[in-house]
Amino acid sequence: MSAMNRKLIQNLADTMCKQVKHFNTVEVECLIRLFNALLGEQTERKVGHGLDRLNFRHILHNTFDMTDDMMMDRVFRAFDKDNDSYISVKEWVEGLSLFLRGTLEEKIKYCFDVYDLNGDGYISREEMFHMLKDSLIRQPTEEDPDEGTIFNTKHFIIKYTCDCCYDHDGKVSYADFKSTVREENLLLEAFGNCLPHLKRIQSFEQQAFQEPQELH
Amino acid sequence: MGVALSRAVQWDSSGADKLENTPLNKAMLSEILLFTEEFGARHPQEAKLVFREPLQWKTSLEASDFKTEYDISGESVMSQESDKEGRPLLHLTPPDITVYTFHHLSNLLQLSEDKKMKEVQACLAANRDPLKKILGSCSAAVLLEEWEEDELGAEKELEMKLLNNLKELDTKLLNIAVGQITREGRLSPAAVDGEVDQLKSFCGTGESRVLKSVRYTSDYVFSNGCRSPPWRQMDGEICSLIIETCDTEPTLFITCSTTGVFLHEGLIGDVDENSYKTKSNVYQDLVTLLKNKSPHFAQTIIEQAIQEVPSEKFQHMETVDEQETGQTLRSYDRREKNVPEKARQQHVQDKPGARMKKFEPSLKWKNLGLTSSYDKVEVKKAGRSGESKNTLAHGSKSPASDSKKRANFSETSLQGCRSSQKIKTPGGADDFIESSSEGEEDEEQPDRRAETTTDLPNEYWQIQKLVKYLKGANQTATVIVLCSLRDFNLVQETCQLAIRDVGGLEVLINLLDTDEIRCKIGSLKILKEVCCNSQIRRAIVDLGGLQTMVSILDSSDKELKCLAAETIANVAKFRRARRMVRQHGGIKRLVELLNCVPDGASVGAEQERDMEVARCGALALWSCSKSTRNKEAIRRAGGIPLLARLLRSPQKNMLIPAVGTLQECASERSYRIAIQTEGMIKDLVKNLSSDNQELQMHCASAIFKCAEDKQTRDLVRQYNGLKPLVMLLNEAENKQLLAATTGAIWKCSISMENVAKFQEYKALETLVGLLKDQPEEVLVNVVGALGECAQIPENLVTIRKCGGIQPLINLLIGTNQALLVNVTRAVGACATHPENMTIIDGLDAVRLLWSLLKNPNPEVQASAAWAICPCIENAKDAGEMVRSFVGGLELIVKLLKSPNKDVLASVCAAIAKIAKDVENLAVITDHGVVPMLASLTNTMDDKLRRYLAEAIARCCTWGSNCVSFGDAGVVAPLVRYLRSKDPLVHQATARALFQLSKDPRNCITMHEHGVVKPLVDMIGSTDEVLQEAAASCVANIRHLALVYDKARYR
Repeated sequence: MSAMNRKLIQNLADTMCKQVKHFNTVEVECLIRLFNALLGEQTERKVGHGLDRLNFRHILHNTFDMTDDMMMDRVFRAFDKDNDSYISVKEWVEGLSLFLRGTLEEKIKYCFDVYDLNGDGYISREEMFHMLKDSLIRQPTEEDPDEGTIFNTKHFIIKYTCDCCYDHDGKVSYADFKSTVREENLLLEAFGNCLPHLKRIQSFEQQAFQEPQELH
Repeated sequence: MGVALSRAVQWDSSGADKLENTPLNKAMLSEILLFTEEFGARHPQEAKLVFREPLQWKTSLEASDFKTEYDISGESVMSQESDKEGRPLLHLTPPDITVYTFHHLSNLLQLSEDKKMKEVQACLAANRDPLKKILGSCSAAVLLEEWEEDELGAEKELEMKLLNNLKELDTKLLNIAVGQITREGRLSPAAVDGEVDQLKSFCGTGESRVLKSVRYTSDYVFSNGCRSPPWRQMDGEICSLIIETCDTEPTLFITCSTTGVFLHEGLIGDVDENSYKTKSNVYQDLVTLLKNKSPHFAQTIIEQAIQEVPSEKFQHMETVDEQETGQTLRSYDRREKNVPEKARQQHVQDKPGARMKKFEPSLKWKNLGLTSSYDKVEVKKAGRSGESKNTLAHGSKSPASDSKKRANFSETSLQGCRSSQKIKTPGGADDFIESSSEGEEDEEQPDRRAETTTDLPNEYWQIQKLVKYLKGANQTATVIVLCSLRDFNLVQETCQLAIRDVGGLEVLINLLDTDEIRCKIGSLKILKEVCCNSQIRRAIVDLGGLQTMVSILDSSDKELKCLAAETIANVAKFRRARRMVRQHGGIKRLVELLNCVPDGASVGAEQERDMEVARCGALALWSCSKSTRNKEAIRRAGGIPLLARLLRSPQKNMLIPAVGTLQECASERSYRIAIQTEGMIKDLVKNLSSDNQELQMHCASAIFKCAEDKQTRDLVRQYNGLKPLVMLLNEAENKQLLAATTGAIWKCSISMENVAKFQEYKALETLVGLLKDQPEEVLVNVVGALGECAQIPENLVTIRKCGGIQPLINLLIGTNQALLVNVTRAVGACATHPENMTIIDGLDAVRLLWSLLKNPNPEVQASAAWAICPCIENAKDAGEMVRSFVGGLELIVKLLKSPNKDVLASVCAAIAKIAKDVENLAVITDHGVVPMLASLTNTMDDKLRRYLAEAIARCCTWGSNCVSFGDAGVVAPLVRYLRSKDPLVHQATARALFQLSKDPRNCITMHEHGVVKPLVDMIGSTDEVLQEAAASCVANIRHLALVYDKARYR
């Protein structure tokens, strides 16, 4: 069983390696193993489809330090390319390829997809507002009820982002987003944290690629 | 009103709450009076506003003065209205009065009629901060804030209006004050002297002259700098001038007084005091007066001002005399004390404004750029400290006045005594461990905060809002706010200060401590920009920002590392910051950043990023390397080989910081050795031919510093570095480059092989051309190079033929000590050629050299004395010439008391030359040269021994000197000199011993100390002079023995 399994995995890794950028066969193999291991924790009946939303969010939260509920949902959707609410092995490896080693271009595209909530090809004001609604932590001192400030900040941010992007039509197209981010890389994750930190990436890679035995 | 009251109004100095009775105060009081009186009528609504606290004072009004509006009961008076708590708005119980509104204030003033002024004065004296009482403790900023946030309450609105009214009054008052102060600008003797000196240099005979002549009516200068007789000084007079212009008739008789300059009727008889009566308007300075009186003058001045390009203020690495400014300031203070008491008081009074408006030649005026180099000193120093300017103009004489006074030595003694004070100035050299380029940096400068909040630009409020947002945002929003902050023009000072003033720096620095990389990047990007402002740099250091940045250098994100290093580079522009970097282990980390692999061949994206990191690291090290300890730390962290590797990088933007760091560090010996042994000279030479002037400059400057070492000089030649250096001499526009280049040439020319090369490249001709119209930094090096080249006789001819001697001599009257050392050396070298000497003599340069013996700097003294030697040797009538210097011989003999060995050696050498002339020898003997020379004999310094022996040899030839030397006990030490290893010492000593042996008692002493054996050995020397002297000495001793024997056996 184990031997056959190993062979299967190797074959799978070989084929996938050709489709996915940034990883070599060994790394893909490690990721598949990891995927299988994660699947093992899941209840039996869902195994056929892949990682479910809950499990994936668990990974995002624990491994990649993401905290924002909505963003985790959006990341799940971005991973789940065929929209079947499960992440298959292929989607897993492809998603991680972007997460861990994506180029700026790829990341721009990915972020845009994450932020385009309704998938109409634009990030509208409403979408921005929705995403940024939690972006201000209320100040602990209640003596200064600066409600106005928080409200202002949100408006300001949205206005600013719109201004940044070139055509002032109140919404941001992919082209707008791309040119803005190219000018100022910091604006890549303008509306929420949807990519892992460098530190997390490093520790994940170390764990996944360098100690494959333990995972098995 | 607040600012005016606290700043401009002159309170009684005794500290009591009393206003001084001055015109300025009166003017301001009447303005306040007018304002208050009319307030009730003009702004009826605001006038009804109740003050937060009442104004209370002791009034002279009585109940009877009040009218029907008020409730009068016996002595006391109450207003009919009262405030919310039932207190009457006006309440008088003589002599105390309490008022709550402007309405009553204006009523009150109208009632008090002729006592108005008194009332206002009493009121202000009792309420020194009325604004606070009227509007409560809230400052304008708070009010504005509330105003912005709240719905406008009717009362608030009124308060705002009232505040605005009061602000207007404030501005008005300040204008009055400033107007008064500017009118009162006063002249000082120093300013007048400076101006007269400048005017003198405009006089001449040619077509283009501006004035015919300028002279003082009296040459006598009182100790306070004034020239007018004391009884007229009482009226503030400083001096009288007679100026002949080209177009006005008759000549202008001008009086300069502390209030300004004006024409008077001229001297008819010395006794006629009326002749000094004012004949014209009073002008603020001479130039203005002349411009008004002489159209020709005005015309010419304007033309010249247009022609001259403003001489650029710039600094370079060498010899920036930091102490100088301090000293001049000091002496200025001293002088000020002597100014008549009355003038001084006024001077103190108008302090706040007077500073801006001290009398100084207008900028245009200065830019006329007279040929003399002192102008440039002045311009440069003025940049440092405006206040020292006047003194400088006074202290350093322009050539015109100098030539007149040079004849008597006492003139320089003034300078001498002033500067000798300087040596004693505390603030020791111990803590001056920073390297020379310290000059370019910002030491503590006063904080310039906006005094009022009213005229803040729009950006300020926007930035304030953004910083507020920053405080309440999560990481996502923070990044966006940071990005929008960057959209402001952060190079602009208003934005920089706004960020600081609203507490933005704290937030930004806090962000550096977070885990969020993007926040850190965004924050650093802003910090990097704003810290080009020195106040911001200080604030960042004070907030502990540097520590965090240093720790960020450990990050694995390369962009972050780059930004942190760049920010450190920008912040570490002052000493404390640099120390901070070192103390937190920054140097080691920065050096680690340099460790990239710049093979150059295959540059991938990753390598490119590594290179960028290395570049930023080098930038930061460059900033840090201005402190000596940091240089050491860089070396210990292994930075030198890494820098050497970067030096081979093909990218220019990498080379500049690398070479910059190296040249900065090259002031340390360890670095110079390393630069040589690591083979960096080759790369430096290669980059001399780069097309980037900054790079060229740093390379030249590095060579300048390294070429102290002979091997390095040879290496520069072997790598063909001399030619590009000479080529760079043509870049005369870039003064910094020129200074570095000439410096490198100077140091390289210490090797004779290099001089030969320079001859080949015709460098001397170019160098001579650079003797004029250059900043001192360049001149020092040019003259140094000429001095070295002049060690080869054929170059002496070249220098003469290119007309180099005259400009060299002109430089002898400068004040820059480093320059003087080099000039004297060069002139001395030139004087070894008889034909040159004729020119030098013709220009009376020996007198100038001699007067430099009075310079407080021992190096200058020594150098001047050395230069005097060949002059005396080669001058035609040297003896007569030396005698013509009044007090000159006494001066040089006195220098034998100097503690400096080199001064002593040089003076001994000079005395040996002087003593060739018998008359002069007699004079110096009278000045006690013998015991003074004798007291020096116990030295161990071979150089001094040689010249001392020479001087003794020469001085023996007069009168009983030979015996006196013996009595003073010079013989025994001289005998010891024979054991020295230096053959030159032997020669001089043998000659001295020979002279001394003419006295039998000396022979006995010599014999006792075993002189015969070494002398006999020296007879066998190849040096004929030595042979002869030794033999003659032995002969004398032998002769004595024979005579003795003869006497015994008789």
